[in-house]
Formats: sequence, C-alpha cells, structure tokens
Amino acid sequence: MIVLSALLINNIVLIRFLALCSFFGVSNKIEVSLSMGMAVIFVMTIASSASWIIWYFFLSPLKIEFLRTASFILVIAMLVQLVEMYIKKSSPALYNALGIYLPLIATNCAVLGIAILIIDYQLGFLKSIIYTISVAAGYTLSIVLFAGIRERIEIAPIPDILKGAPIIFITAGIMSLAFLGFAHLFGL
Amino acid sequence: MNTWKVFTNGLLRENPVLVILIGLCPTLATGSSMNDGFGMGIAATFVLVASNILISLLRNYTPDAIRLPIFIVIISTFVTIVDYVMHAYMVELYASLGVFIPLIVVNCIILGRAEAYAYKNSILPSLMDGLGMGAGFTLTITTLGAIRELIGNGTLTFLNRELFNISVSNNFQPALLFIMPPGAFIVLGFMIAGVRWILKKV
Repeated sequence: MIVLSALLINNIVLIRFLALCSFFGVSNKIEVSLSMGMAVIFVMTIASSASWIIWYFFLSPLKIEFLRTASFILVIAMLVQLVEMYIKKSSPALYNALGIYLPLIATNCAVLGIAILIIDYQLGFLKSIIYTISVAAGYTLSIVLFAGIRERIEIAPIPDILKGAPIIFITAGIMSLAFLGFAHLFGL
Repeated sequence: MNTWKVFTNGLLRENPVLVILIGLCPTLATGSSMNDGFGMGIAATFVLVASNILISLLRNYTPDAIRLPIFIVIISTFVTIVDYVMHAYMVELYASLGVFIPLIVVNCIILGRAEAYAYKNSILPSLMDGLGMGAGFTLTITTLGAIRELIGNGTLTFLNRELFNISVSNNFQPALLFIMPPGAFIVLGFMIAGVRWILKKV
C-alpha cells in the first residue's frame, strides 16, 4: 500500500511538486534521466536512513529539535560527498554512470523533503526505507516517461512563443493530469 | 549599476522563476491560492534578504574553500527562525505550506543569490538585490496563486480577507482542475510564455 501510494498516487514530482529543478533540468534524453533516477534512488535511501538515525538517536532525546533543518542538510551534503569519494575509488564504472549527478542531488529538495516527511509521518525505520525507495522509484518513473515525451516534442511544430520552457511545463501539466487519474486507486 | 536598477532587475528582466527558472518547487506547490502564495513569498524574501546581508557582511572573513557549507548554515538558521515564528503566530498558513517552509533552505534562489551576488558585493547592493529578487518571487507566486484561485475556486482571498467571490453573483462553475496539481504546471507555462512575449516587445 505504501509502495503504490508513493509510486503512483502521490507521485513526488507530479503531485507533490518536489525535485522539479532536476525534473526539468536533466530530462532531455532517456538514458541520462534513467541514470539520474538511479542516482536519486541510491542517495535518497542513504540520506533518509541517516536522518532517521540522527533524529531518533540525537535530536529527539537531546531536545534540540530546532536544529533539524540545519543538521539534515549538512549531513546529507556530507554523505553525498563521502559516497562520491567512495564510489570513485571502489567502482569507477558506477562513478562514470552516476558521475556529475551525485553533487547535484545534494541540493535536490526531494532528498531533504523526504527526510523531513518521514519524521513528520513518524514512520518506523523499515517503513521509512520502503517509503523512500518507492518515492525515488516514482521519481525515476516520471522523469523517464517525461524524457520520452520531450524527445518527441523536439521535432514537433510548436508556436514560436511556446517553444522551450512553456511547452515543457504544459506537457508536465498534462502528465500530472494523467497521474491524478490514479487517485482513489484500490480505495486509497 | 545603481541600487534602484539592482532592485528592478529581479522583478522582470531577471525574474528568478519566470526567466531563470529556479525556485520552481515552492512556486508550483504553494501557489494554489493568493493567500498561500503571498505567505510563501514573504517567508522566502525574509530569508533571502537576511542571508544576503549576513553573507555580504562576512564575505571578507569567509574562506573560499568552505563557503558553501557556511552559506547553508547561515540560510538554515534564518529558515529555522521563520519556521518557528510562523508556527507560533500563523498556524493556518503554517499548516497549508507544510514541508515547504523547512525546504526554503534548498531553494535555489537563495543559495544562488548568495553565491552569485552577495558574496561579491557590499551590503547595500546585496540588500537591494535580495529585496528585488524576493519581490519578483513574491509577485510571481502571488499572481500564479491568484489566477489559479480565481479560475479554480471563483474567489480571491488576500491576507485572509475575501476580496472577490464570483459564486454569489451567478451560477459559475469553477474549473477544479486549476487548483489541483496539473493547473499549476499549465498556468506557469503560460505565464513564462507571457513574460517572454513582454521581454521581446521592450
């Protein structure tokens, strides 16, 4: 249930409006957006498990909840750096595939957003991980589909004033409409 | 460039949302009514101006290599202030903006202006830049909210006061689509096209 809800019904990009910068930024080609999606799944899982641990073992017992935003963003940025260095050493092939996307993800609002949401929803550790993976998979699904549409738009005849950004937004709106159709699926 | 020009730059010519296309997440997510849009705009403007001033003050003491973590700490401090003040005094607005208040910290506009402007300029221009960019952002998000609310709900509310309500005068059927997520994308798409058209004319 959690998986379906995060993947389709509350799709993070099209319904929740997170991670839009990268959604519009790197959706030119299907292959590129696929590796971006993989990188997001990877980083998001690590980031939310780290923030879960920080919240329940440090911030909450020590009553310093007001440091949430500051500590989460710093820890996420640091983790991304660490992961990047580790991957660079251990598997150059993976590094080449994810490469430039890793640092970009550190400032991706979806990563911090999900870290905050799992705290707000008071999910347990295992549930948080499952939720995060399905959210990230939803991101990958929508960005890959969107890249497919954009490749076709490139060659379509479009009024001059709408070329570029405007038509992309309108396309995203229509896609979002399609995802809205999943609402109330299986009585959720 | 004089300070007035710095201010007006952010309104149209370098409007962060409509021209540079950054800060999209909060714009689309919270611009579903005029009220929420304005609240989000003011919150982000406060953080933008305050962090611009502080970063500009500290620019001679900030080591180049670790400037980004320093910026992030400064920004997140102000975001936390906004978060707690809003929770205390504006509970309704806080509830409807939700997770997007803490997410101001990763708003590309703020970090972008810190890096591109405040880090290189003195206090007064940085202040004006923050005000201008913030005003451009607030104007965009409020307009988007107003359009969506008017078409999707038939009302206009500003600062919790109802300015306009179409449903009392005739049997108007609001297009619900516009206050739902797809409406945000579509209206913003047309707004970007509109600004491009204006910039081409002048």
